[in-house]
Amino acid sequence: MNGSTIIFYLLAVLTLGCGLLSVITRQIFRAAIYLLFALIGIAGIYFWMNYPFIAAVQIVVYVGGIVVLIIFSIFLTQQTGEQLPRQKTGRKLFSALAAASGFGFTLLQVMHFDFNESAGVTAVPTVQDIGNNMLRAGDGGYALPFEIISMLLLAAMVGCIVIAIKHKEITL
Amino acid sequence: MMQPGLYEILVISSALFFIGVYGFLTRRNLITVLMSIELILNSVNLNFIAFNKYVWPDRMDGLFFTLFVIAIAAAEAAVAIAIIINVYRTHRSIDVERTEEMKY
Repeated sequence: MNGSTIIFYLLAVLTLGCGLLSVITRQIFRAAIYLLFALIGIAGIYFWMNYPFIAAVQIVVYVGGIVVLIIFSIFLTQQTGEQLPRQKTGRKLFSALAAASGFGFTLLQVMHFDFNESAGVTAVPTVQDIGNNMLRAGDGGYALPFEIISMLLLAAMVGCIVIAIKHKEITL
Repeated sequence: MMQPGLYEILVISSALFFIGVYGFLTRRNLITVLMSIELILNSVNLNFIAFNKYVWPDRMDGLFFTLFVIAIAAAEAAVAIAIIINVYRTHRSIDVERTEEMKY
């Protein structure tokens, strides 16, 4: 067992442990902080797989953007120090059963499927490759999805403003 | 002991996916439901990157799909939080049991 393997399993334990705590804790602010560490663990796994660009995007967008957004919305909507109501045991039991059986079936399929793994040394795509392919329209290029995503982000931004805006009472 | 490979990462991502499903089924607060959805989307991203690295290392499709999924997740979280804040303003609660009518 070498250092790389130990780091991988530490990251796996961090991700899964924080993810599990994030869905079972009864304090919503703690749930957000556990979610933050689970996302950092996933970014660590991306670093471990030698994809530093994706890891950087994960940290910038998820850890820096979405979790901060979630924490702000918790501040806006929750009373401080209030715990979430306890769930019914039957509901918890059946949800756990459904999740565990789904996990078991998926695991069974994954373990019996022979993936056609490529044996060669993996070439790590550089940021330059990513940029060239993202803005190219030909074979292997992703110019069209890039444009569609930019339109989607613009629409989402305008939509957020329209939804969350406070309507003034019209006084005549 | 072998170096961890594709199967170990698939086990992690499916475990994370079903943790998210469990949270989605048990939580009754809209913000925590949104957190569970983020966990599910992250497990899918992990799958894309693992397949890109171990099965098609000469292509970059999984990498681009991960980038697009991250962008869509950011847009989705922003719209969802705008809706949640609006629901809180009208209903004074973001519990899914208490927000039954669509129009206030």
